[in-house]
Amino acid sequence: MGNVRTVGVIGAGVMGRGVTTALRQAGFRVVLVDRDEEILERTRARLRDDVRLYAMLAPGSAITADELFAETVFTTNLEDLADVDLVVENATELWTVKRPIYERLGGICRPDVIIAVNTSAISITRLGALTGRPENVIGMHFMNPVPLKPTVEVIRAHHTSESTVDAAREFLTALGKKSIVVNDSPGFVTNRVMMLTVNEAAFLVHEGVASAADTDRLFVECFGHTMGPLETADLIGLDTVLLSIEVLYDEFKDSKYRPCPLLTKLVDAGLHGRKSGQGFFNYESAKRG
Amino acid sequence: MADNRAVIREFILESITESTVGDDEDIFERGLVRSMFVMQLVLFVEQEFGISVTGDDLQFDNFRTVERIDELVTRKLAAA
Repeated sequence: MGNVRTVGVIGAGVMGRGVTTALRQAGFRVVLVDRDEEILERTRARLRDDVRLYAMLAPGSAITADELFAETVFTTNLEDLADVDLVVENATELWTVKRPIYERLGGICRPDVIIAVNTSAISITRLGALTGRPENVIGMHFMNPVPLKPTVEVIRAHHTSESTVDAAREFLTALGKKSIVVNDSPGFVTNRVMMLTVNEAAFLVHEGVASAADTDRLFVECFGHTMGPLETADLIGLDTVLLSIEVLYDEFKDSKYRPCPLLTKLVDAGLHGRKSGQGFFNYESAKRG
Repeated sequence: MADNRAVIREFILESITESTVGDDEDIFERGLVRSMFVMQLVLFVEQEFGISVTGDDLQFDNFRTVERIDELVTRKLAAA
């Protein structure tokens, strides 16, 4: 299991692209799978911009688009993962999307292949059960943008074997990443704390205790955080934040995870944060002067 | 070119909360934009001036100030 040379990447969204770029930077071969050709075509174009961005932000590990594409296979066929040595799955954060993938992966990949779930909230144990080989299934919660973030939250599911944990960490070391291993629980460590923090910050604004700007400034100026919780939420996307806090609420059945009504309202209003031009902060008419 | 500078400045001002930005002001160091914004600048100059930023031009330093961006654009246009 120690000899990972080719990695299957499922999902060509933001995370899948980041993982692909980081893998190619570290010299791994990649088989990138997504649902249809159109998505893959768009992904190729975006990867070209991604490598230029990383060339400027992290010149030391930069590769060109040609180098990236040289050993990356783009495919819509999950069966093409038959020969890979490890899989990183980054499909959409919905059980209905992930479930059919895991039901098939067990029959496609070699029996010794590790299947890494890149998720921010979905139960690794539950996904592992679908594969018929839960001992080889592990969580790898990569942070965005993957090529620039040094550490990965690794999640040991109920049946994950110690040899899988060891091999996963070895793989991440080869990828140039540090890893921190935690046990499977909704939201793991990062998102359980992060989403609750964002939600509580939203309550502060909702209750009129402080404005969004002042709430964030306290974290930036007093705690030295790079970004306040509400701007972070805008960056993640308020729809994703709401989805995550709802998963925590459903899983724990604990009222402390009830979504803040203001957060729900913003999402209902289509104010999803940076990507839609407005969330807790306005990114469109920031212009005026 | 003064005109190019104005166009570049306008694009930056559209993306920040400040109402002015000096031509020699480092927009990243001043915290006006985050580092990822550099890619928006690349795509902007490519589209606006019809140039292509590749290879050695892909330096973060080329995008720190209005002045530097203008220098890069002027150099690329002269070489085209």
